[in-house]
Amino acid sequence: MIKNITKGKVDTSRNIDSHNHVTGRSIYVDDLPELQGTLYLAVFGSPVAHGHLRSVDLSAAEKLPGVFRIFTAKDIPGANQIGGIIPDEPLLADKEVHFHEMPIALVAAESEAIAMEAAKLITAEIDPLPVIIDPREAFAKGHISGSPRTFQLGDSNKAFAECAHIFEGKADSGGQEHLYIETQGAYAIPMENGSLRIASSTQGPTAVQRTIAGVLGIPMHKIEVDVTRLGGGFGGKEDQASAWGAMVALVAHLTNKPAKFVLHRMDDMRMTGKRNPYSSDYKIGLDKDYKIIAYEATFYQNSGAAADLSPAILERTLFHLNNSYYIPNVLATAYSCRTNLPPNTAFRGFGGPQGMFVIESAIHQAANTLGIDPIVIQEANLLKDGDVFPYGQIAKEAEAISCWEESKERFDLKKIREEVANFNANNEALKKGLALMPICFGISFTNTMMNNARALVHVYSDGSIGVSTGAVEMGQGVNTKMLQVAAHYFAVAPERIKIESTNTTRVANTSPTAASSTADLNGKALAHACTQILDRLKEVAASSLDTSADKITLKNETVYVDDIASDLQWEQLILSAFQQRVNLSAKGHYSTPTIHFDKTTEKGHPFAYHVYGTAIFVSTVDCIRGTYTFDAVKIVHDFGASMNRMIDLGQTEGGLVQGIGWMTMEEVIYDETGRLRSDALSTYKIPDIYAVPKEIDVHFLKTDGSDMALFKSKAVGEPPLLYGVGAYFSVINAVRAFNPNWMPEFYDAPITPEKVLMGLYAI
Amino acid sequence: MVQFILNNQEVQPKLAVGTTILDFIRYHKHLKGTKIGCREGDCGACTVLVGELIEGDLRYQSMTSCLMPLENAHGKHIVSVEGINQNTLSPIQQAIVEEGGTQCGFCTIGFVMSLTGFAMNSETANSENAIAAIDGNICRCTGYKSLERAAARISEMKKGKPEAADFNWLVQEGFLPAYFKDIKARLEAFSAKDKITIGTKKIVGGGTDLYVQRPEEMAKTELHSFLNDAGLRTINEQNGHVYIGAAATAEDIRSNPLMQKIFPNLREHMKLVSSTPIRNMATIGGNFVNASPIGDMTIFFLALDATLLLTKDDNSRIVKLRHFYKAYKQLDLEADEHVEQLYFKTPPANALFNFEKVCKRTHLDIASVNSACLIFTKGDIITGAHLSAGGLAATPKYLAQTALFLAGKQINAEVLFAASQLIQTEVSPISDARGSAEYKRLLLRQLFYAHFLKLFPGKVSLASLTQAKNS
Ligand SMILES: Cc1cc2nc3c(=O)[nH]c(=O)nc-3n(C[C@H](O)[C@H](O)[C@H](O)COP(=O)(O)OP(=O)(O)OC[C@H]3O[C@@H](n4cnc5c(N)ncnc54)[C@H](O)[C@@H]3O)c2cc1C
Ligand code: FES
Ligand code: FES
Repeated sequence: MIKNITKGKVDTSRNIDSHNHVTGRSIYVDDLPELQGTLYLAVFGSPVAHGHLRSVDLSAAEKLPGVFRIFTAKDIPGANQIGGIIPDEPLLADKEVHFHEMPIALVAAESEAIAMEAAKLITAEIDPLPVIIDPREAFAKGHISGSPRTFQLGDSNKAFAECAHIFEGKADSGGQEHLYIETQGAYAIPMENGSLRIASSTQGPTAVQRTIAGVLGIPMHKIEVDVTRLGGGFGGKEDQASAWGAMVALVAHLTNKPAKFVLHRMDDMRMTGKRNPYSSDYKIGLDKDYKIIAYEATFYQNSGAAADLSPAILERTLFHLNNSYYIPNVLATAYSCRTNLPPNTAFRGFGGPQGMFVIESAIHQAANTLGIDPIVIQEANLLKDGDVFPYGQIAKEAEAISCWEESKERFDLKKIREEVANFNANNEALKKGLALMPICFGISFTNTMMNNARALVHVYSDGSIGVSTGAVEMGQGVNTKMLQVAAHYFAVAPERIKIESTNTTRVANTSPTAASSTADLNGKALAHACTQILDRLKEVAASSLDTSADKITLKNETVYVDDIASDLQWEQLILSAFQQRVNLSAKGHYSTPTIHFDKTTEKGHPFAYHVYGTAIFVSTVDCIRGTYTFDAVKIVHDFGASMNRMIDLGQTEGGLVQGIGWMTMEEVIYDETGRLRSDALSTYKIPDIYAVPKEIDVHFLKTDGSDMALFKSKAVGEPPLLYGVGAYFSVINAVRAFNPNWMPEFYDAPITPEKVLMGLYAI
Repeated sequence: MVQFILNNQEVQPKLAVGTTILDFIRYHKHLKGTKIGCREGDCGACTVLVGELIEGDLRYQSMTSCLMPLENAHGKHIVSVEGINQNTLSPIQQAIVEEGGTQCGFCTIGFVMSLTGFAMNSETANSENAIAAIDGNICRCTGYKSLERAAARISEMKKGKPEAADFNWLVQEGFLPAYFKDIKARLEAFSAKDKITIGTKKIVGGGTDLYVQRPEEMAKTELHSFLNDAGLRTINEQNGHVYIGAAATAEDIRSNPLMQKIFPNLREHMKLVSSTPIRNMATIGGNFVNASPIGDMTIFFLALDATLLLTKDDNSRIVKLRHFYKAYKQLDLEADEHVEQLYFKTPPANALFNFEKVCKRTHLDIASVNSACLIFTKGDIITGAHLSAGGLAATPKYLAQTALFLAGKQINAEVLFAASQLIQTEVSPISDARGSAEYKRLLLRQLFYAHFLKLFPGKVSLASLTQAKNS
């Protein structure tokens, strides 16, 4: 538990950045003061989605006054390569283009307007090749990234023979644009000895650093990447911030001038990848008591034109194929299918939600064909301690049943059900739909190697403290949580502590801020650093108070001996330590213990712990117009021992609404030529204030939390997004209340008002 | 020369008048609190407040600075977050902090400015109106619930406000810095100095179409602001007709007592049109001339069978709105002619009006299909009808045949079903990002039914209409 926080001017129960946010004083990349001589960049992107690049004509653009220089693939001094997992993604197209708007040339000019105008004057000669946008078509033609992955438990084939009920179907889920309100961007400043300093809007400072070093062909130590904060990331800036970082670095490196690139919204939408769309087949088998005995699935992931993070995302789809249920016999195979869309990438949930959508579809189909409520099947199969996940990990401290039961009781599910039934019986033009969505999400990077972090702490001679970690603040409140950790250990007023920018020269070789694990990993590394300094300080205090270090504690900026306050205060203690030449800096390190995973057997113990929860959805469909609203979403969520309820609640509400958006109105539309049609906020709609549920009620389940979590406060970034899947089914259920003859031909998210109206009036 | 007050400072920018306020404040004045999320009016991260003298009153509205040319700031007070910051947080900033209404912070000043606008304006203090004030602000992080809680607190505070334009109270309660008390006098002195010059320049209304469609070109274009011309924003009734100036904004219409009297559901209808900051800028003239097939105000006024007054130098002529559209974005409007005014016959007591719109997201979205109607009845009989629909053809449609068919008919399911079939012959939708052609046809039928279900609830039911389909 977090305690021992001294009261001060800064209230750590709230986001410590919020004061700057509401006054507009927080600094994002585009807000940095610009140096004289800065060059501004614009990209010429491919006008077709697939083809052989014959030639590029820069002549007209080069003549435009104010254009400094235009760069193409041949100008790259190092490797023309930005692929993170598989080296299959050039920074600038060389011989082939693989997606619409793939960067071909880079204009550097005196102003952004000139750079953009020049980019429009560039033309390319391209011999078109066939364009594939559908993952199943890509699969049929053998366009696969990496190798297929198969998770197996028990013997599904044999188990199906014993099932009372078997259902087969198809479930597709669409892409999702991150729509961080701050677009991608970076600013590079040349330093001496061929070094560069880069401000980047990235979740992965080390990834940007490594990519730049590769592209420029220089060592990583010449590249300093600094991140103050992000105006949202959601996974979209985990790997895909690197391209823009590499572009500004390339220009700064080759011209010795500062170079800045902040993308315009439409360019950002057209050039960057999104949540991977999936098309999947499933087969589910139940016994007469509705126990799921067997489950098979094939996942066709649309990776887009390069691997990017898709192989890792694919893996997490398999890790979450059973959602919150125990299934003894499983066989599931997943393919990463290469298409001509911009490379799809990480997005909150990282393939997990896509996998859960399929099992929930299977359950919905089974229940509706059997004429029972899906809730019956869901409830009969919830995971409990000792159950084995398809990847071999044994469920421990499983809260699936406690969340489910608590939500039923606390929110009176029986009454909600009756109200919905009554409403539907008495209204012809409005129908309500009820759905429950249990969730289970594994915490850790599934790539075991990445589960480590470092922190650097300096206590300055005046008693003020600087904290650096590898965590990037992107709205999730990690700065606040880090401050809580340091304030807890040092027992000083929070305003003594400054959370520094995330910088690769202070904390190196970091994992990206992702996988919900950032606070756990960096917080534990920070705890390690703090305790080292604290131990030294205790020695200093002990010698000056003539006692032993084990009797010393710190509270309220005061040294206590045997729980009795002494006269020794924080500032004085630090000054003595400084005068005694004690090291007031420390580097902390943490790597998650016990986790492991063997990809050859696809078995292991990949997760530090799991997060659970249950959401109850009630929606209302307007059966005249096909529109819908959400009356309420009531959640019981397993936060462990939440270390910051306001931040954790904010993550839950925000993640939920993002998940609802994905399942309802957010429709990424490419035409058959691979051109993005939903390329602006006017054509791609994310929830606005009127689109969110009228009521969101989040209950914090009382649990002990996990020792693997920071202060037993469980990771909260991604899990709440998974609840969104319930939105889809509650709308489907409302439509069926109006038109019971209708079942979707196959499950196909998002459930747009178009699909609703067509369903309401389908014959 | 354009001149205005930016926060607490008189400015005369020596820039092209088509430069946006956003670029001016961020890149010329280096005030970086105002953010850029889209440059299309669709996110609200760039929201500023615009204070304007209207009939001697200083009135503030929220607007998106990314679509607003310097020209439209002439003689006004432009307020960015730096202009409201004080040594301590304002109650609005404080409420957002305390409710956890900011996460990444990138959208936040937009919410702060919009809510400050709400505290300043004369909308009734209640949660619903406070939330309406932030209907143009998109946040990707919070899920809005914390912002709703903050908005509710602010509406509670506003209940203590003595009267509409009371700057003393706003200053005393910490919403605004003290300099706001003198702005009125400063603007009065100021606008007397320099009247707007009229030339042969590109007409701009609110710029909410121009700056979305041609931002680069606009930055270099000489502009003539209609929005600045109070004479073009009047709404009045004479001899049984309502006259609306071409530069009246959607908000001018929404808040106009005469319009509210004629259209009791006006506020509900207007809530479906764009967002608060866009409605504060969007003129009806711009909506008509932009000629989008789904222009909401065009569809609204088509169903009133409105007439346009077109002017060229000193000559004027009239054209029916339904005859104004010749083909996709082709108008019965000469190059140097402009829309001066719109007028329509005040609907009599036996006429009922309705407006319907469905889009992917109910608010702040462009319609998949929209429709309006004016139905005249005597007892059970429809004595006449006007009907319009958008999103179904290259131009906004006045549905003449269906309107004609309805005249003289009784309101019942069979008649409406027959009409719903006829209506399909008047439209030719195509499949696009807003829906398939098949969907748009079904939606048209449903919105046509919706008009009658809403206006004559006792006479038809959804069940009877749905069954009529099968009989
Ligand atoms: C975020 C956003 C949301 C929107 N949502 C909606 C919506 O829900 N429904 C909807 O219908 N529209 C919507 N729009 C479009 C737009 O707001 C409207 O069409 C608006 O009415 C345009 O008016 P304006 O004054 O801003 O036009 P401007 O952009 O100033 O002008 C548009 C065109 O009309 C010309 N023009 C303007 N006034 C006159 C005149 N009096 N005589 C001759 N020519 C003239 C201009 O020269 C220009 O060519 C939206 C726009 C944005 C940015
Ligand atoms: S930048 Fe999005 S509304 Fe102006
Ligand atoms: S706080 Fe991040 S977009 Fe609103």
